Amino acid sequence: MTHISVTVDGTAYEDDVEPRLLLVHYLRDRLGLTGTPIGCDTSNCGTCTVELDGMSVKSCTVLAVQADGCEVTTVQGLARDGAWTPLQRAFHEQHALQCGYCTPGMIMAARDLLRENPRPGPGEVRKALEGNLCRCTGYQNIVRAVLAAAEETSASEERQNTQEVTA
Amino acid sequence: MTDQAVAPEVGRARLRKEDARLITGQTNWTDNIDVPGLLHLAVLRSPMAHARIERVDVSPALERPGVVAAFTGRDLAGELGSLPCAWPVTEDMVLPDHPPLALDEVRHAGDPVAVVAARDRYAAADALEAIEVDYEPLPPVLDLEEALAEDAPLVHADKGTNRAYVWPLRTGEDYASVRQRADVVIKRRYRQQRLIPNAMEPRAVVVAPLAASGEYTVYSATQIPHILRIMLSTVTGIPEHKLRVVAPDVGGGFGSKLQVYGEEALALAIARKLGRPVKWTESRSEGYLATHHGRGMIQDIELAATREGRLLGLKVDLLADMGAYLMLVTPGIPILGAFMYPGIYKMDAYEFTCTGVFTTRTPTDAYRGAGRPEATYAIERMMDELAAEVGLDPVEVRRRNWIRHEEFPYTTIAGLTYDSGHYEAATDKALALFGYDELRAEQRERDERGDPVRLGIGVSTYTEMCGLAPSRVLRDLRYGAGGWEAASIRMLPTGKVEVVTGTSPHGQGHVTSWSQIAADVLGVPFEDIEVLHGDTQTAPQGMDTYGSRSLAVGGAAVHRAAEKVVEKARKVAAHLLEANEDDLEFTNGVFSVKGSPEARKTIQEIAFETFTSHDVPDGMEPTLNAEHVHDPENFSYPHGTHLCAVEVDTETGQTRIRSYVCVDDVGRVINPMIVEGQVHGGLAQGIAQALYEEAVYDTEGNLVSGTMADYLVPSAADLPEFVTDRTETPASTNPLGVKGVGEAGTIASTPAVVNAIVDALRPLGVHDVPMPCTPERVWEAIRSAQSSGTAQKEAPA
Repeated sequence: MTHISVTVDGTAYEDDVEPRLLLVHYLRDRLGLTGTPIGCDTSNCGTCTVELDGMSVKSCTVLAVQADGCEVTTVQGLARDGAWTPLQRAFHEQHALQCGYCTPGMIMAARDLLRENPRPGPGEVRKALEGNLCRCTGYQNIVRAVLAAAEETSASEERQNTQEVTA
Repeated sequence: MTDQAVAPEVGRARLRKEDARLITGQTNWTDNIDVPGLLHLAVLRSPMAHARIERVDVSPALERPGVVAAFTGRDLAGELGSLPCAWPVTEDMVLPDHPPLALDEVRHAGDPVAVVAARDRYAAADALEAIEVDYEPLPPVLDLEEALAEDAPLVHADKGTNRAYVWPLRTGEDYASVRQRADVVIKRRYRQQRLIPNAMEPRAVVVAPLAASGEYTVYSATQIPHILRIMLSTVTGIPEHKLRVVAPDVGGGFGSKLQVYGEEALALAIARKLGRPVKWTESRSEGYLATHHGRGMIQDIELAATREGRLLGLKVDLLADMGAYLMLVTPGIPILGAFMYPGIYKMDAYEFTCTGVFTTRTPTDAYRGAGRPEATYAIERMMDELAAEVGLDPVEVRRRNWIRHEEFPYTTIAGLTYDSGHYEAATDKALALFGYDELRAEQRERDERGDPVRLGIGVSTYTEMCGLAPSRVLRDLRYGAGGWEAASIRMLPTGKVEVVTGTSPHGQGHVTSWSQIAADVLGVPFEDIEVLHGDTQTAPQGMDTYGSRSLAVGGAAVHRAAEKVVEKARKVAAHLLEANEDDLEFTNGVFSVKGSPEARKTIQEIAFETFTSHDVPDGMEPTLNAEHVHDPENFSYPHGTHLCAVEVDTETGQTRIRSYVCVDDVGRVINPMIVEGQVHGGLAQGIAQALYEEAVYDTEGNLVSGTMADYLVPSAADLPEFVTDRTETPASTNPLGVKGVGEAGTIASTPAVVNAIVDALRPLGVHDVPMPCTPERVWEAIRSAQSSGTAQKEAPA
């Protein structure tokens, strides 16, 4: 057993874990954070995507011990006081989910994209989400949602900048 | 206040009520469910396609840490019957035993051999390696034609044959004589490769026993909680009324969760034996072996026509790969297709035969479209072959043969009565959106200048039979159940509404759409309605979700139940307003007396009046509820025209979809946003069959494409942007005028893509590319056409 300290969605945890325990199983089975699902065993599908110190990772390919001393963000940690993030809102408004199983991973992967490229084109969105599979939507509305969230985010940033300039 | 017309809910792109928990991770997938004392199951599976089990010893596994129990097939043989097949398609169908754990023989790679129960999932998985099994290899049975030879090795030796059944259909004139008067006879063989459904949520089951009273709650990632309850009762002997089956949040199905699986029965039997709750969750790679596959057919098609391109007759000989066992509806899948080979076309003779063949592979069963995509593929590919043969444009040859809109209702050569449709309208709209003439001009221009990247245009004018199904038709097809659907509506004392449905959604948005349907009939706000489903305790009656049936059958039941509520409310309103029922108007949820609009009661007020029941008509039962069980009078027949433009690089074999346009007619639309989403997803799966996916076995019967790394489920980067539109020809056979939409995109798109690829290459002498049309296969098709000299002209240098 190895002792780890890890902060998940803002809460600090101390645990003794088997060195082989996958991060996704730690989240789901030990912490009860079942919002992050598992869709495969070869790291192809991306449903288990979370953020580890701000970088998106597939939590089925990370050991819990590797998260020692790190901050993990899951889909359950996104909304603040019940207010959804622009990506969550856009997924709802653009009908970017049907069964919703891939949705947590899609949203986390899309966050990663928008951090690196705040105004992607449709082709860039498709390329960036290549590691996340969806079987329901044919991806079209997922692409729409990511583009809509990008637009909303940069529009609100522009508004903020304008306010700062005028203030 | 004046009564303003409230915009109807039906037809609005309402955002989904389902989304909130799904985008915040507050979900209830089966694998999320924990119960105190839970044990985890792991299943040991055969590494061989076919072998005799000489010995299984689970005792070493019991020594492993955390292991509580381990069982062989023999250990549980007294507790579990054979897994069910509900569709004996012929009287003499061969139905082998299908034990949930193998007894003497394994018949496909992945056939379960032993099971371990342990305190956590890692301990259970670890213990599998300690189990000792001696296998005596037997010859695999893989080729459908060789399997039918006299001396072929047998999948089920006690049955004496690999032929599960032969199912014929002959209608219209005698095909052989029609063929004699034909100017053109075209014969082709198409292969429907095996596909792995790949719902994103792997299967999982949790069983929580209440030992004292012999009651069991089964949570399962299933499409069919109601059917599962009946079947698990028969397999385990637990009385049906002691079983509760819950389908919690279910992450997609596409037919793969329309099944009664061995693991569900095993979990129940082990929970009963140990008196403890158990959970089993498959890994993706395990699912590739243990969750049923789709398609898997060889189609020999012959078409007879005049030189003007008019169809005279069609002859279809199918070999359908059943896999190792007949599961819930395995034998019926190709039979669903039998009625669809004639498509939207008129002809004089039709002859169909399907032979079901056992092989040592994972069983096949329903996968999105289930029999109908295969049929549509064959006829739509053949229409292109006919067009090429008689020198007509593929759209023109379809026009010459399809049922004209003024001919509906039309009874087809296969005996179905299509109630409605307008193929001309959908096609004209699609051609305009696509820019058909412009693309044809570009194609000619590129051909003339010898562009090595060739443009191809593919057409698919499909219809399908869905909304399964009129119970009497199912009787005639020897299916073991009816095709009705149940709904009930409870008006709560505070005016809120509970709609209880027997459909079991897993991504389709029933909660939203059913709310819209009920809101319009009852005249209550969309937000005041909750929809309950997927639990045999809260929704005790139902036939579940598959075959694009939920809206046309289940939605119709909701509609009728709501009408019954209004009928009863009208009686109460008449009583309270001291008026005749005939003198009441009902608009936007308000009963008012004609001519004196101030005398009014809302249906939500009436709900409270019937709750107190202080002042209702004499003899009336308290409360305001209604139930309706709807048995459809006919299937529903959505249709549409799909057009695909591809660019095929003749030097690399690479295909790129340049544009995809579809105009679907799914009748009246409840929620256009949800309908469009269903079409998108269907297109993706149909295109995936055309270009990417195949379950590949080696000559020993091992599944080579055994992980998600080896089986190409397309990503966003592999698929194009779709242009979708609709025409709207209401169905005349249900009260909502709706038709199914869940499978339409999958049924239509596969032939559109392959037709486009063949269209690009036809001048090079190519008349087929086997699916999936990978670059290697495209390149090989070009090369072999060139070497056999069938090209109309030399390929560009």
